[in-house]
Amino acid sequence: MDPVEDVLGRSALVSVSATLIALAIGVPVGTWLALARIRGRAGLAVAVNTGMAVPTVVVGLLVALVLWRSGPLGDLDLIYTLRGMVIAQVLIATPLIAGITMAGLQALPPDLAEQLRALGANRAQLVVRLWLEARVPLLAAAMAGFGHAISEVGAATIVGGNIHGQTQVMTTSIVENVGRGDFGDALVYAGVLLALAFAINALLTSVQQRAAAWAQS
Amino acid sequence: MRPSLARTAALALALSAALVGAGCGGDDDNGGSPPDRGTMVLATTTSTRDSGLLDALLPAFEKASGCSVKTLAVGSGEAMELGARGDADVLLVHSPADEEQFMEDGHGASRKAVMHNDFVIVGPADDPAGISKAGDAPEAFAEIADARANFASRADDSGTNAKELELWDAAGIKPKGSWYIETGQGMGETLTIADQKDAYTLSDRGTFLATDNLDSELLLEGGKGLLNPYHVIVVKGDDLNTACARLFSSWITSPGTQKTIARFGVAKYGEPLFFPDAPA
Repeated sequence: MDPVEDVLGRSALVSVSATLIALAIGVPVGTWLALARIRGRAGLAVAVNTGMAVPTVVVGLLVALVLWRSGPLGDLDLIYTLRGMVIAQVLIATPLIAGITMAGLQALPPDLAEQLRALGANRAQLVVRLWLEARVPLLAAAMAGFGHAISEVGAATIVGGNIHGQTQVMTTSIVENVGRGDFGDALVYAGVLLALAFAINALLTSVQQRAAAWAQS
Repeated sequence: MRPSLARTAALALALSAALVGAGCGGDDDNGGSPPDRGTMVLATTTSTRDSGLLDALLPAFEKASGCSVKTLAVGSGEAMELGARGDADVLLVHSPADEEQFMEDGHGASRKAVMHNDFVIVGPADDPAGISKAGDAPEAFAEIADARANFASRADDSGTNAKELELWDAAGIKPKGSWYIETGQGMGETLTIADQKDAYTLSDRGTFLATDNLDSELLLEGGKGLLNPYHVIVVKGDDLNTACARLFSSWITSPGTQKTIARFGVAKYGEPLFFPDAPA
């Protein structure tokens, strides 16, 4: 077993990077789904919402099959690496972020976009304005994506392999400790993981609530 | 309510007689189904489950004994923890030194030899450390360490892990470094990781044969140091289903069951996975 601070650092590194990448993909996709007037939008919305419910272990299996040495991307040597785990967690967090972004933008007053266009806003100004209006749900999307990424164990085990000194993260150490009957250590790791989740969500929540208060003033 | 030893022995005898009879195809009426004796928790190792042996044995035991078996397949270390805590009634494990400690600590009522299989060293087909010519397992381990070839360790306190550490000890090496990959997982997962990482690993023969999609090859086998003996331990304690545990211990060491164990896996793998050890 690795020292707890190493494992914690790895968990934070993987899940924070995955959340940032997922935000960069999920927010534009969610925005596009909320605003685009195209045929098949409803179908795409269903697909994104289904993505929010795909079990992480299924994502892990699919990613592993692709990254496997004999798989299509086997030459990249990503199986059992932190980068491979980031890829899996991006796939897990992106649908959540896109789905919540879409719902958040759709909850804005329906004539807001038209008013902004009438005031002469170009497309970029319009989107930025709408994001500012929807900043509270957007921060909720970030928290949900991060929460899902840091808490999952299925993909981390299959894609990461729980290799000590390399890819062992908090959730996989908890499973390993329980597997060897060491409930004491498992509880310590569980407590530390909860503390990390609390710290990051406390930070995001304070930003969110300040943003909400500012909107009301 | 603890049945006397004599009664247990009589029951076990009747049971094995009934099973041998059933095994010979004689499906005569032998006095109806046994009474319901409740649930028994069997803590055993992942190797007995992964090889499919339990699936082959347990239904017959349940039918004959009236005990319904709940199996927890964990590492030998955890199995004994479960026993010590009173969360398991009977253990089927393979970590002799820990088992002796378990008995010494007064957690076990009886311990009997059941069977053995053997450990093998598997690794990449091109054998970069050249271990296939090694005289014994510690020598092979020394060659792997010298070559700094990847080695996947289960690092999970299992019986296999205990055996591996014993072999490193015998080789006079403390494995450490980026070549020594600690997975913290079961045998099947560790074999898969070893395969993907071009690493050597120590596996029980049964799980190696039963795990699919491996390119790894069996590179070293044989030698007394690689034997893997399994014992059945009846856990001592109040509120345990000791009646079923005793029945199970007698049943799995009975001649009929021992024959089933000897035959297990021959049809599928062309060789037996386990060799019976109970004196006839």
